[in-house]
Amino acid sequence: MAPEPPLLSMSGITKSFPGVRALDGVDLDVQAGEVHCLLGQNGAGKSTLIKVLAGAHQPDTGTIRWRGEEVTLRSPIAAMRLGIATIYQELDLVEHLSVAENVHLGHEPTAAGFVVRGKAAKASTAALLKRLGHPEVDPGRLVGDLSAAQQQIVSMARALSHDVRLIVMDEPSAALDPDEVDHLFRIVADLTADGVAVVYISHRLEEIRRIGDRVTVLKDGRAVARGLPAESTPTRDVVALMTGRNVEYVFPERPTAPPAAEPVLSVRGLARHGEFAPLDLEVRPGEIVGLAGLVGSGRSEILETVYGARKASAGQVLVDGRPLRPGSVRAAVRAGLGLAPEERKAQALLMLESVTRNVSVSAMSRFSRGGWIDRGAELGAARKATRELSLRPDNPSVPVRTLSGGNQQKAVLARWLLRGCRVLLLDEPTRGVDVGARAELYAVIRRLADEGLAVLLVSSEVPEVLGLADRVLVLREGRVVHEAPARELDEPRVLDLVMEGSPAS
Amino acid sequence: MTQHVSPPRDGTGKAAPLDGPPAWRVRLGRADVRTLTLLGVLAVLVLIGGITQPDSFLDTHNLQLVLTQASVIGVVTVGMTFVIVSGGIDLSVGAIVALSSVWATTVATQEYGFAGILFTAIVVGVGCGLVNGLLISFGGMVPFIATLAMLASARGLALQITDGRTQVVTVPSVLDLAERDSYVLGIPPLVLVFAAVTVVGWLVLNRTTFGRRTVAVGGNAEAARLAGIDVRRQRLYLYLLSGLCCGIAAFLLIALAGSGQNTNGNLYELDAIAAAIIGGTLLTGGRGHIIGSVLGVLIFTTITNIFALNNLQTDVQQIAKGAIIVAAVLVQRRTASTH
Repeated sequence: MAPEPPLLSMSGITKSFPGVRALDGVDLDVQAGEVHCLLGQNGAGKSTLIKVLAGAHQPDTGTIRWRGEEVTLRSPIAAMRLGIATIYQELDLVEHLSVAENVHLGHEPTAAGFVVRGKAAKASTAALLKRLGHPEVDPGRLVGDLSAAQQQIVSMARALSHDVRLIVMDEPSAALDPDEVDHLFRIVADLTADGVAVVYISHRLEEIRRIGDRVTVLKDGRAVARGLPAESTPTRDVVALMTGRNVEYVFPERPTAPPAAEPVLSVRGLARHGEFAPLDLEVRPGEIVGLAGLVGSGRSEILETVYGARKASAGQVLVDGRPLRPGSVRAAVRAGLGLAPEERKAQALLMLESVTRNVSVSAMSRFSRGGWIDRGAELGAARKATRELSLRPDNPSVPVRTLSGGNQQKAVLARWLLRGCRVLLLDEPTRGVDVGARAELYAVIRRLADEGLAVLLVSSEVPEVLGLADRVLVLREGRVVHEAPARELDEPRVLDLVMEGSPAS
Repeated sequence: MTQHVSPPRDGTGKAAPLDGPPAWRVRLGRADVRTLTLLGVLAVLVLIGGITQPDSFLDTHNLQLVLTQASVIGVVTVGMTFVIVSGGIDLSVGAIVALSSVWATTVATQEYGFAGILFTAIVVGVGCGLVNGLLISFGGMVPFIATLAMLASARGLALQITDGRTQVVTVPSVLDLAERDSYVLGIPPLVLVFAAVTVVGWLVLNRTTFGRRTVAVGGNAEAARLAGIDVRRQRLYLYLLSGLCCGIAAFLLIALAGSGQNTNGNLYELDAIAAAIIGGTLLTGGRGHIIGSVLGVLIFTTITNIFALNNLQTDVQQIAKGAIIVAAVLVQRRTASTH
């Protein structure tokens, strides 16, 4: 067989964002007609890599060869012209347009250069849908009226409406039922039989075994293994490749005796339709309980529902045995809950304001009389709370936007400290915090627990949950699949649980 | 798990931007620079007025007139500033002023004299604000749409009440407010009301929990909600406040004009928004300056006065106003980017 160049060959791709090196020299080869799986933990660089491939990000260095020739993907349109189509996890369809209009968005069949030929668009869309095995989807329907699975079909039809040679699918099965997944796999098989290459991203190892040809594993922005055979590589090896790390974090010591006090937070049968199944958990003063799970496992949704920011469809949240009014953040805050949300800048901080005002916002009544703020008392209280967490710089009058990620997180924690909260809900507490500052943040969280706070922690980084929490609940697709003391679990075991759903013993 | 950890880079912090503004600006602070700039613009305008019309412009009566005219729109602008700081907008202020002014000057209301007129103007203003606030907070309507609807309905209702006629005020104590005899140390009482509203507005925005909550809601509504602030109630209060200011402004206008008309307050919404914007209030919410808004009002009123004294038509005035808005926003963007 003559050595044919791979359809796609990416080599030495690097990409940095402010403060993060997302890709650190990644190589990826994809052959025509194969299903090439991309594996890696959250933050390993998968999303950045496929955005580079889609022309949405420009790499800092590295080369991309397409059928042996070096190319530059300046824009998504350039990538599409070559025949690279991407189906993102968050489908990028326009809900208020019809199926046909979405499929042909940006390259509508036209007469005289600008008059859209609606009938031609519908006809070609119908043909594409038939090819995908979904002739029942009406090209004239609004995309917003379709089910998630049908929307995915539309997205795929859009990809095929170009002369596509390579399709990137980012967790296509995440929103699908098992039947629909089977159907998706048949489509993938048909495509590859026609010589189309598929880059398939999934967290589910069993899927990768079923349809994958080769596997590339990403970790910390590098390809740690390239072109492994998908069927025969043992799960243990794959997990080891995904988890082996260069940087280990230092976690504070756990208290020797487990806390004996009555639980301050009890969650009973709490559920939200379509997001997570009925959940029971308890957190005692002095205890850190961790929820581990991948994106889409319902972690953040659970925290926000406990906090009342989302309304539960069933169950209750009790603080000191007293049920909270559902769907009311104010009731939760009054009962002593505090949330440090995942998106600090969007959900927690007032970016135009000083540290003081960010810290005092939830406890203004403490230093005001009749609505009149005693600014001296406010500044003093903010200074005390931020010093306690060694927030730097040691000047609460600076604007919060000038702080580093770790210190911004401390400002959020100081807010709840000042409020005198008793249950702290932490959603991805070290997101956007650089590695050196993490250990310090972990120590702060543990100290707060030692001082009697109950902490419920959510993180997509398994080592963080295992290292910081006393007790861990493992989530998979909105369900608790395992609960155990943190010291009885290790990272491969948890990853097995979140990916396979059954404890690998 | 005791492996290598890089030294905490966090420690140094990043408090002072390295390529920050010049030292004098740091000492002054950003708000003061803006206030000085606006005062400078006002000074230049006074200079232009004094040079082009040395006799009529710097005349005490003329200056009293400028301040009195600024008072009506100024009170409206204080309320508008609060709404904009919270991330909202109130397009109905001019229409509410019109409706309040005609409702408060009907024959029936005037029978109750001074108190009746004042009370009605304020109650109508607050009532309209309440409707706006309920539609926005609890009806989930976008402020632009809700207050646009109020603009249309309140103007319509004002026309219905007056049937297009001017309602002359016959209560002497109200008319006296605009008379020279009632001036306090040469300052018209209407201007004193404006000054009082300004001071109270500044204190509320900068020194109270209400002001803080307003800024928080405008700066980041989701963060405010998750911090335990009742965002909906705060929004409701803010439109009530804007309505209250419209009611007060309507009363001032009644005293000044000696009548109520359904055409009162025409385009006040645009003047108030423009004054707040050139005063440094962010249209996206989260930051606002009462003093800046008031200086913005004074700048616009002074321009109108100078143009009128120089016999220039209103079309030229409008063009100049537009140019000033553009210039002010461009200058602010520049100063903002150097910080």
